Amino acid sequence: MPVGIPQWVSTGAGRFAGTEPTDTMGSDENILEMRGITKAFPGVVANDNVDLDVRYGEVHTLLGENGAGKSTLVKILFGLYQPDEGSIHLRGEPIAIASPSEAIASRIGMIHQHFMLVPTLTVAENVALGTRSTRRPFTDLDVVSRRISEISEEHGLAVDPSVEVRRLAVGERQRVEIVKALYRDAELLILDEPTAVLTPGEVDDLFVILRRMADDGRGLIFISHKLREVMTLSDRITVLRNGKVVGNTTPAETSSEQLAQMMVGRTVRLTPEKPLLDEGHARLSVENLTIHGDRETVAVNDISFEVRSGEILGIAGVSGNGQRELAEAIAGLRGVEPGSSIRLDGVDVTGDDTRARRDRGLGFIPEERMRDGAIAEFTVSENLVLVDHGSDRFTSRGMLAFGAIGQHSRKLVDEFAVKTPGIDTPTSSLSGGNIQKVILARELSASPTVLLACQPTRGVDIGAAEYIHTRLIEQRSIGTATILISEDLDEVLGLADRVAVMYEGHIVAIVHGRSASRDQIGLLMAGVVEQTPSS
Amino acid sequence: MLKGVIGALVPLLAAVLAFAFGATMLVALGASPLAGLDAMLDGAFGSGSRIAATAVKATPLILVGAGITIAFRTSVINIGGEGQIIAGALMSTVVALSFPDLPAVILVPLVLLSGAVGGGILGAIPGALKAYASVNEILSTIMLNLVMVQFMNFLLRGPIMDPFELEAGTRIPQTQRLSDNAALPTMIEGTRLHVGVPVAIAAAVAAYLILWRTPTGFRLRAVGHSPEAARAAGINVKRNITLAMTLSGSLGGIAGAILVFGSEGQRMVTDGSAAGFTGSAGFNGIVAALFGGLHPLWTIPSAMLFGALLTGATQLQRVLQVPAALAVALNGIIVIFVISSTPVRGWLQRSLADSGLFNRSSDSAGAD
Repeated sequence: MPVGIPQWVSTGAGRFAGTEPTDTMGSDENILEMRGITKAFPGVVANDNVDLDVRYGEVHTLLGENGAGKSTLVKILFGLYQPDEGSIHLRGEPIAIASPSEAIASRIGMIHQHFMLVPTLTVAENVALGTRSTRRPFTDLDVVSRRISEISEEHGLAVDPSVEVRRLAVGERQRVEIVKALYRDAELLILDEPTAVLTPGEVDDLFVILRRMADDGRGLIFISHKLREVMTLSDRITVLRNGKVVGNTTPAETSSEQLAQMMVGRTVRLTPEKPLLDEGHARLSVENLTIHGDRETVAVNDISFEVRSGEILGIAGVSGNGQRELAEAIAGLRGVEPGSSIRLDGVDVTGDDTRARRDRGLGFIPEERMRDGAIAEFTVSENLVLVDHGSDRFTSRGMLAFGAIGQHSRKLVDEFAVKTPGIDTPTSSLSGGNIQKVILARELSASPTVLLACQPTRGVDIGAAEYIHTRLIEQRSIGTATILISEDLDEVLGLADRVAVMYEGHIVAIVHGRSASRDQIGLLMAGVVEQTPSS
Repeated sequence: MLKGVIGALVPLLAAVLAFAFGATMLVALGASPLAGLDAMLDGAFGSGSRIAATAVKATPLILVGAGITIAFRTSVINIGGEGQIIAGALMSTVVALSFPDLPAVILVPLVLLSGAVGGGILGAIPGALKAYASVNEILSTIMLNLVMVQFMNFLLRGPIMDPFELEAGTRIPQTQRLSDNAALPTMIEGTRLHVGVPVAIAAAVAAYLILWRTPTGFRLRAVGHSPEAARAAGINVKRNITLAMTLSGSLGGIAGAILVFGSEGQRMVTDGSAAGFTGSAGFNGIVAALFGGLHPLWTIPSAMLFGALLTGATQLQRVLQVPAALAVALNGIIVIFVISSTPVRGWLQRSLADSGLFNRSSDSAGAD
């Protein structure tokens, strides 16, 4: 099938099944059959004899932890990797997919987790990129635009073809990606963690769209590790662990708890237990905080809040509503506007640098683990003393005291169950979850009175996330005031005593964790204020 | 580990290839490459005094190279070795002119120290500009090289010019013969081996200790690898960038002082160009540092190799009667081969890793 202007007109569900040629090797109802897929990388078998069937008209979920082999499997399907062993049948016919362009030509579409869009081009230009113009060598953007409008209407994907992509919100950009795939007439669609960047409301909208596309007879492969979403959207679920298929099931036959157990291979406590504590005194006070963003826009607009000893204040919100700037300002990495005040244990630290704030008891787990949290080229041990390397404990007569540093590092690696060959291993060779444990160990070992934890479990596997949550709650029990900034609403609701919702630089509401409902917070995250803010 | 072997083999291979290239040029000039090699080895290591001359040639390269290591490890690209050498030389020369009667035991350390101060100032300027005003340090250091050449020419043709030259009107840009009390003492009679050589080696060892054994070096390396993570950990990135350039420049400055007070003429002299005084040590020192894998201790043998090349080339020219330009060309060829070896080394290591010949850690594979 040539890549270009799609020929088909929607005729309703199941139409592909009848029109496609069938083959004796495949079944009529499967659009895709992957058999015995094996792919090894040096030191790890990413896919070990994996089978995957996708039917016409179904949403098939690939569930698994980081490193389970989900991405490798779909990268093989999209022609980004070649399998070492195994076969792929598409619409009943054997196929070898050498490159993404061949995959697209075979009507396989992929929505990447990180959008593949050129921000400065319009929606129509982005969609037309890589396709052949009907009026070459000239462009046919009007034809493309018309076709985009048709697709939008047909699938309920509101997209304006003439708008530049950089002006679009994240949810809209994702719709453009879907339109792009539909424009290329994709019949088998791979969605790699598509909900990671969306608000709960946007997720609901996306699911309606995806369901409609499946009802049209397309096959959808949905990759996720968010169990609630998987239970909502999937027709069938294939669970991967350590490169192997460990289960095939359907939402009707299973539960979130069972799925988590299959993913991890042991029983997992999904919602952490949290003892009730009396509220202590305010350890962090933020007053009239206004922060300018990178483009001189107001990123955080006149917000005030307090975090008390023994309290976890969750900050919920869709990424890009000022949380990052707020965290950087509290950490002393970003300047604030006049009139703003940040106090740690009553002491004004507004003008102090990060060092001084850390000396006052601030612990900081940055959002960008590999950029701000740890140094990839440094050893585990060096990262564990990245903050305190100059303290009397770790120096003697002006030189680093490697004995004390090594002892401290070994103790932390043990205590925080960091999986590493040794303390002198380069940190870059650890998994994301273990790097996060190194950062956590470093920050908690300094006994912070105020802990700023940004996206502490993002991209971390369930086991490590569970551990990190336990440690944050322990920290709460010993009186640390914690600010938890997270896009994972389940995490915020599970851990926080109070939840502050940020929208466009404002705190639109602060609600009590116990009384907060997902729906209410979801609406607040989308800027819909339905009650008077309690702060 | 195979990775380490490649790391050591590739630069050696680059040197061998460069010499092979040089041999081809010798053949083209009608000379025997074997005789050429023999002449070079003889020139560089043929006698005690020749070995001493090689070590003396290597001295500024060791110092500049050790300084480059500190800067590059902090991710600051210091191309200002020439200017920093000149600044150190001028500063120490002025000190020697001002206090000619101090006893040697005070004056020798003093001129070395003032060299460090002069070079340090010239390093601190682009360092601070980069740290506090985001001025590209490659541009600012190169520009400061040009500024320092003019400043040197101005001083050597005016305020500190040799009064005799002024009188005779020959106008060679040089100072008078400086105080003998400032002369670097010779260590072995009959050779040119002076105390500058152990000073340079000690400085390289100090650079190593600073980088890998002190909290200061820990911070410099942290900033070099990830200014963001360093900053989030509470490390003052700007101060450390300035510090790295200051240390780097001060080592170049010591090299400048050694070039003046370890010279036979015991004076600062140029032909009006930077290389006329520095012998391009400010640039060759970068090459020595890169060839030494940006490790201060490996910079020592690496600088010795280039020192040998310089002294050997003189002999080559004398024995085979080939043009002097050949030595310069050979030097340049080695530089090109050695610099190209870095990407080749990386490429080799990567392709070997991809082929699975040696195990990297499992996370580097593509699973999820």
